[in-house]
Amino acid sequence: MRNFLSDKVTGLKPSGIRKFFDIVTEMKDAISLGVGEPDFDTPWFIRDEGIYSLEKGKTFYTSNAGLKELREEIANYIKHTQKIEYNPQNEVIVTVGGSEAIDIGLRAVINPKDEVIIPQPSYVSYEPCSVLAGAKPIIINLKQENEFRLTAEELLNAITEKTKVLILPYPNNPTGAILEKENLEEIAKVVIEKDILVMSDEIYSELTYKKSHVSIASIEGMKERTILINGFSKAYAMTGWRLGYACGPAEIIEQMTKIHQYAIMCAPTTSQYAAVQALKKGSGEVELMRQSYNQRRRFLMNAFKEMNLKCFEPYGAFYVFPCIKEFNMSSEDFATKLLMEEKVAVVPGTAFGESGEGFVRISYAYSMETLKKAISRIEKFVNKLRKAN
Amino acid sequence: MRDELLSILEKNSRIDFKELAVMLGVTEEQLLDEISKLEKENIICGYHTLINWEKTDIEKVSALIEVKVTPQRGQGFDRIAERIYNYPEVKSVYLISGGYDLLVTLEEKSLKEIAGFVSDKLSTLESVLSTATHFILKKYKDHGTIINKDKKDEREVITP
Repeated sequence: MRNFLSDKVTGLKPSGIRKFFDIVTEMKDAISLGVGEPDFDTPWFIRDEGIYSLEKGKTFYTSNAGLKELREEIANYIKHTQKIEYNPQNEVIVTVGGSEAIDIGLRAVINPKDEVIIPQPSYVSYEPCSVLAGAKPIIINLKQENEFRLTAEELLNAITEKTKVLILPYPNNPTGAILEKENLEEIAKVVIEKDILVMSDEIYSELTYKKSHVSIASIEGMKERTILINGFSKAYAMTGWRLGYACGPAEIIEQMTKIHQYAIMCAPTTSQYAAVQALKKGSGEVELMRQSYNQRRRFLMNAFKEMNLKCFEPYGAFYVFPCIKEFNMSSEDFATKLLMEEKVAVVPGTAFGESGEGFVRISYAYSMETLKKAISRIEKFVNKLRKAN
Repeated sequence: MRDELLSILEKNSRIDFKELAVMLGVTEEQLLDEISKLEKENIICGYHTLINWEKTDIEKVSALIEVKVTPQRGQGFDRIAERIYNYPEVKSVYLISGGYDLLVTLEEKSLKEIAGFVSDKLSTLESVLSTATHFILKKYKDHGTIINKDKKDEREVITP
């Protein structure tokens, strides 16, 4: 029989976390700090709105780009938080999570041989989505000494005449790094000069702990060359609802909508009705969750300091990214050993790119109780390793 | 810090202060200072424990009593409220807008004792016009806490 599989797909690397997943699932009393989603339930008034929409029989397709009311609320939200005006008619599309927006955004702009610049460590889907869209991914290995921020210089060095898109993943998963206005202005200068497009994944924009998030699209001359991606998963604890969106130049959104229309039809209707309420009334709940994450973040940073584990202070998302280079072992060995010996699951930094080597990702989307238990196990483990060395 | 501190303490007054200081990004001295101010200002009025008595062998019966009263000249409702809240078996007294004036919650060992309190003590107060007693059959949520919550973490154990 012929091999029916696509070379492009079989050529993609399998996810680096699968192996851990299997072990943790089988292990009794393991504590996992490996989850990339909020521990909060979706606020009740949002769930209630979803239920109400079902009761009223709102069970049909919505327009391809999403409910008009939702697009208006999204445009409103972006205007309010970022001072950028998008026309809800043709510059906003509602997608199945931020993930779909990444996929169709790349597919809408990539021609064969185009290059997509991806700073790493970063979320796992940028590279495969670029490859599937037919682009060549160009990786920038971010550095801890820069707090894993992308610098204009690093960007400039990665640009060739084939560069079309820069993916800008901030606030960052897995490092927790953020970019501030000054950083963005420098990057924007290079982007405009070299005439490239930015895909800015801002899914963690509500979860910052230093200053409010600034979108690169808000910088002068950038709105017309930015696809801004955001969604409801992280800010409103709505991961399972699968709802995100993209805002950008009408001609790009139009092409994205075409792919979306043929491949997806529309984002889940129930989720869209619930999301309208999230945007209308959710800011108080978001702030309470943000406070909670910040308390845990401070707790972890203090714990690392006390056990002398090197970790730059992250100001975004819900991850810390401690450095484990002192133990002279790979991230994967460290994570495996920690799991086997102390039953704590963390994700090796290398799951998010080669430059994650020497780091592990610890999620603080867990109760203080769980974090405390896990930290005491990690401390025990770290001390054991130090003694052995 | 104050709002954040209060909302944590309201949920967990037994939290370790060293840990709490770290969570709030302040020193332990600053924290203790703020807490003692809150106590002095009577913003923090006490530290209690939420007990699910149903799971113990101790018999407790609770009731909500709606009370209509005649307010008294010069003192409004305060004097009659005081006469009611001084009984130790009275757990709370609220002045309420709407169809009646005071909402009194009561905790006793038995139904009979509650009936006794209402007929002998409460109804006989001169400014009390009428009472309506509602017995509590089951507590689902109290002080913001769901009583029988057994929630597991249902997330996938590792996700990117």
